[in-house]
Formats: sequence, C-alpha cells, structure tokens
Amino acid sequence: MSQFKLDYLDLLEAESIHIMREVAGQFERPALLFSGGKDSITLVQLALKAFKPGKIPFPLVHIDTGHNFPEAIKYRDEVVERTGAKLIVRNVADTIKAKGLKEQTGKFASRNALQSYTLLDTIEEFGFDACIGGARRDEEKARAKERIFSVRDEFGAWDPKRQRPELWNLYNGKIAKGENVRVFPISNWVELDVWNYIKRENIELPSIYFTHEREVLVHGEYLVAVSPFIRIDEGDVIETRRVRYRTVGDMTCTAAVESTASTIDDIVAEIHKTNISERGETRIDDQVSEAAMEDRKKNGYF
Amino acid sequence: MDLLRFITAGSVDDGKSTLIGRLLYDTDSIKVDQLETILKQSKNKSEGEIDLALFTDGLRAEREQGITIDVAYKYFNTDKRKFIIADAPGHIQYTRNMVTGASNSDLIIILVDARQGVIEQTRRHSIIASLLAIPHVVVTVNKMDMVHYSEAVYNDIVLDYMKMAEQLNIKDVTFIPISALNGDNIVKPSANTPWYEGETLLNLLETIDIANDINHTDPRFAVQYVIRPQSEDLHDYRGYAGKVVSGVYKKGDLVTVLPEGIDSEIEAVEINGEEVDVAFAPQSAVIRLKHDIDVNRGNVIATQANMPQVSQEVEAMLCWMDTKPLTPGNKYLIQVHGKTVRCVVKEINYQLDVNTLQRHENISQANLNDIVNVTIKTASPIVFDSYESLRANGGAILIDETAFTTVAGCMLQ
Ligand SMILES: Nc1nc2c(ncn2[C@@H]2O[C@H](COP(=O)(O)OP(=O)(O)O)[C@@H](O)[C@H]2O)c(=O)[nH]1
Repeated sequence: MSQFKLDYLDLLEAESIHIMREVAGQFERPALLFSGGKDSITLVQLALKAFKPGKIPFPLVHIDTGHNFPEAIKYRDEVVERTGAKLIVRNVADTIKAKGLKEQTGKFASRNALQSYTLLDTIEEFGFDACIGGARRDEEKARAKERIFSVRDEFGAWDPKRQRPELWNLYNGKIAKGENVRVFPISNWVELDVWNYIKRENIELPSIYFTHEREVLVHGEYLVAVSPFIRIDEGDVIETRRVRYRTVGDMTCTAAVESTASTIDDIVAEIHKTNISERGETRIDDQVSEAAMEDRKKNGYF
Repeated sequence: MDLLRFITAGSVDDGKSTLIGRLLYDTDSIKVDQLETILKQSKNKSEGEIDLALFTDGLRAEREQGITIDVAYKYFNTDKRKFIIADAPGHIQYTRNMVTGASNSDLIIILVDARQGVIEQTRRHSIIASLLAIPHVVVTVNKMDMVHYSEAVYNDIVLDYMKMAEQLNIKDVTFIPISALNGDNIVKPSANTPWYEGETLLNLLETIDIANDINHTDPRFAVQYVIRPQSEDLHDYRGYAGKVVSGVYKKGDLVTVLPEGIDSEIEAVEINGEEVDVAFAPQSAVIRLKHDIDVNRGNVIATQANMPQVSQEVEAMLCWMDTKPLTPGNKYLIQVHGKTVRCVVKEINYQLDVNTLQRHENISQANLNDIVNVTIKTASPIVFDSYESLRANGGAILIDETAFTTVAGCMLQ
C-alpha cells in the first residue's frame, strides 16, 4: 500500500487548483464570475489556495441582475474585503436601458436570459479572454459533455461540434482574437462534493443557505420568496415557512426548500436523504423545456 | 474514500448505456425528477418500466440523430469511492472520443455481447486501452440472459479474449458475466450464475487497488505559474506553482530545471501557503528554490538523480482528431504540460490498424480517427518521458497553428 494516498476531496481540489493555475498561466486577462452561490464561493476558495501566499491574480466579476438576495450581496462584499480581491460589478438593468432590451413579463419574470448580454458586454469592455465559472457536469444533461476549457465565439455561443477534445490534463487555451474561453474548474464535482468541501474547509456561507423563516408564495411544488420582483396575484397562497436555499440565484427563479438544517452537517445529511436533484428542485426556469439549458448555452449563458 | 475514473467501451447495442444506467440506478444515483423525465421518454416500454439507457442520453442534436457523438461524463459514488464515468460512444468512427475518454481513465470496462463473443471492435477497444496504458481492464460479458446464463459460452469468450490479449500490452484483466438489463452481477451477485465465483462489477470497482498506479518514484514537477506577491512582507518571495506530475518532492532535494538544465536545491515545498514535508503526485504545490534562477511556466523541475528526456526530436504514437488530414511536413504547436512550442511532423512512420495490430508503411497521410507512428521535430527542446514507462509525463497534444483546435493526442516514446 502506498503511503501517499489522497482523499477524494484532495484529488478534486488538486485538479481544480491545477486548472486555476492553467488559467493564470495561459491567459492575459482572466476573470472569475462570482454570483455569491455556493459553487462560485468554492471557486474563490480554490483560487485563494492556488495562489497563496500571493493574491488571486484576476478580478471577481459579478453580473448583477438586480434581483439578488440582499444576503448574497452582503456576503459578496465581505468576500472581497476578506480576500483583497478586485471586484467588478456590471448591472443587467443598465444593459436593458442602454440596449432597449425587452424584459420578460409574467409572474416570475426573470432576467436570467438577459444576463448573457451584460456578460458579453463586460467581456468586451475589459477584454477578458477567459471567464472562470462554477458550472458542474452533474447539474444537467447538456453539461455532461462540457469541456473544462470551453471555447466561445464572439457572441459567446457554444457549439457542441466545435469543442476541443481534452486529453489527460492538458488544456488548450489558444484562441483567436475576439474569442474567449469559459473555464469550469469544478466540472468533476457533484453537489455533495461541494458541500463536503465547504464543510472541510470551514467556509462561511450566506445565511440563506441555512434554515430561516420566510414569507413564500406556494406555487405548485415550488416555494418562491415574496419579493418586489415577483407578481402576486389574487388568490395566491402566501405562507410563512421554515426554509433554506440549495442554490442561490435570482429571487425570481430560485425556489426555497423546506428545511430545518441549521448547520453544514445538517445540510449534508439532508442532501444524503433527499432524492430530488438540485436543479429539479430549485430552478424554476429549467422546467420550461427539456432543452432549456442547451438553448441558453448556445446563446452565451455560461 | 478515493476516486476512480473509468471508461466504458462496446460496440453499438452491446448494452453500454443500459450498463451505466444500471450502475447509477442500483447505487441510488438517479434522482426522482431525472427518473420522471426518463419515464416520460421510455415510450416503447410497458407501463412503469424504465429504459435505463436513456439516462446517458445527452444533447438535442444527438437525440435527433439518435446517436451519441461525444464523450459525456457521469458521476456516482458509494461509501467507498467516488466514480467518474467517461461515456464514449461505441460507433466505429469514434476512435477519437474513446482515446480522449481513455486518456484519464484508471480502468476500462469493455462490453462483449455474449451472443457474439469477441469481435473486431472488442479487439479495437482493447488495442486502444493498451495504447493509452489504462492500468486495469474489465471485460463484462453482457446479455448472459440471452444465452441462458451458460457457463460454457462465457468460458469460450474468456479464452478467446485471453488469446487475443496475448499480443497486447494489457496487464490486469478481469472477466465478469453480467446482464445489464436484469442486473446480474452488477451490484448483487446473481443466482443465475452459480458457477461464477468472482466478484460483482460494483464490488470490483469499489475495491480495485489504484493507489499504486500513480508513480511516486520519478519526480517531475511541471511549472504553471510563478507566484510573486511583491508585497512588503513577501518582498523577495518567488514560488513556482505547479503540479507534481509524478514522484515526490521535499526540502533539500537536489534538482535541475529543464530544459535549460540549471541545478539548484529545494528550499521549501508549500501547499496552500504552508510549508509541507513532502508533496507527491498528483498534488498541486509550490516549490521554492535556493538559488535565484530564471524559472518560468513550461519548465520542469526534476531531481538530478532521475532525469526525463530532453529533446527536439521525438517519436510518438498519435491519434489524429481533425477532419483536415495530417501530411508529413505539416507544422503544428505541441503542448506538453505548461510548454507549447512549434513543431513539424517530419514523417509518418507507419499506421497502426486498430483492428488487426498490423502496421501499414508508406502512408502519405493520416485521417480523422487514424492511429499513426510519427517523428516530430520541435522548435525548442521539450521535456517528457516515454508514455509507456511514465504515463503521467508522456502525453502531448498537437494544436493547429491557425485554427487553434486540438488536432491530435500523442503518446511520446
Ligand atoms: N436481454 C438483454 N438485453 C440487453 C442487455 N443489456 C442491454 N440490452 C438491450 O440491448 C439494446 C441496446 O442496449 P443499449 O444500452 O442501448 O446499448 P449501447 O448502444 O451499447 O448503449 C437495448 O434494447 C437494451 O435493452 C442485457 O443484459 N440483456
């Protein structure tokens, strides 16, 4: 038996750090897309560890839909404070105004699709050649074939047929002018890996990940936080429930789950038990069509 | 708990998708909502019966074409291990995908249809497994239910396979009679094969020893990035961030920075900003050296006692992955870890027939999915080991100089 054994979290971490360093080594202007969600929080931790004792050598970029949970914004600012990382924020609302974009209407009108425009503008504004994102292959079928270095054209579009084969741990980041690469260092992690890692590393999280009382609109199986961003109709059922979030996106399209989990251990135990996948339970927008994610990816959503 | 990466290979309809679906299903890795989607799609099945194969279905394009066109990754875990499955399609055209999926795999499951036995594609998959030096091979003889779980049929297939494998460099091979459809010997031992005394597929996946597949004897450290905080308290700090490709590193090691060949000594090995006693493969680490020498991305730090090859000319087995053919004299970029340099493919020495192992000489070009032996000349020296002796430091890719696509995977010799 070898004395040099690593736990699976160590192995995943080593791979992700290797990818972070490839980004820093291969690109001139990388950025890390930071949403305040647990996956991007994990990315920040990995980036910190990859470049210690130096600072993270690229900025954090937040594409702000204006529909955030206030807790997530507070957390974001604390992370920036704590790590000394540079933060760039660009607002979807500004893009909507500047470009005269049409916003979704309806009960859970979401700016999710419009995010892509702001992201592409931001990439152009700063000349980013690589954007690190927290997507995981287990999230959704269309993601299962995603590369770790995913090449996008000028329009941010992803073409499944144009993706480069990825062999061993060699990542080809060569691109033409105007193109950029989306990099997914935690491609090989599943939801539980992320939670176990957060627990092991003792990473602080926004409070909404833990149980709290909240006014929610009960919409079929979904519990949606009551906020100024959703439309309340007559006859809607609004209740106060003990809930938490499994993922943090926009208030308009992220559903809460009933839970009494108040620690990470509780959460890990809960996930072990639940048998509904993360996206199915909490992403309202994916239910629209089976190929929803695939379509958005082709349009530059990362 | 550790991590096992494996790939599945079989020709169309051997039951690969069903097998993966079965593994996921029997380990409770399919979530309720995903199952519902699959149930909805299981049209041709009778009420309530699920088509396990649908779980590995991917993009819309292929749903429309009804074929899988690329490598997809699937995840599951048990209490013992986390598993990453590279699902590469079995279609005859797709050597490229299999090579890609195989490059990272610790183990390959080769499916054989019990009714057909060892066929041309079994041989092809085994040859690729041996070329890519996948440490462990598991041959699952599937659809045993369709041959009445016959021990004789199974034994014949095992013998046939062994005979074929003699010519190949396959070290560790195990055989299991299964029915992916019914779940025989996948997770639970089957009552239908009382004559089979081996373990179930899952048990094998959970317990096979992979720790010793990692090389901890030949130190190779690939520098990716130089950390220079240049802050007040870390004014002179200069750390080389990289990957321990193989071997072990510790303070005091006498090292050489390659390809330049400049000697130094390790001052400290760090992980997560803290000094550690040792760093070993496949850890990501930072190395600091005693001497103030010029070390950059692309350099390899090796120990003076154990050196890799440093050369501007190398022979390689290469899998061609581009629709534009390779012709001798073509120029490309070659990437080996952090180093990317220009190169020319001087000669195609022979093409390997992946169905027969025959070598065809006097080849004028290599086409998509061809496996050829070539001589490559590089614009400046590259640092590598022979893939056969040190898998972790013998892989390289070729990149098109203008389109920047990855056009070949190379096993350096
Ligand atoms: N009788 C029987 N049929 C099987 C078995 N495994 C797969 N099949 C069937 O063989 C067909 C092809 O299987 P599939 O998993 O799609 O094959 P793939 O092309 O290798 O992915 C399907 O109709 C399966 O239901 C098995 O163990 N026994």
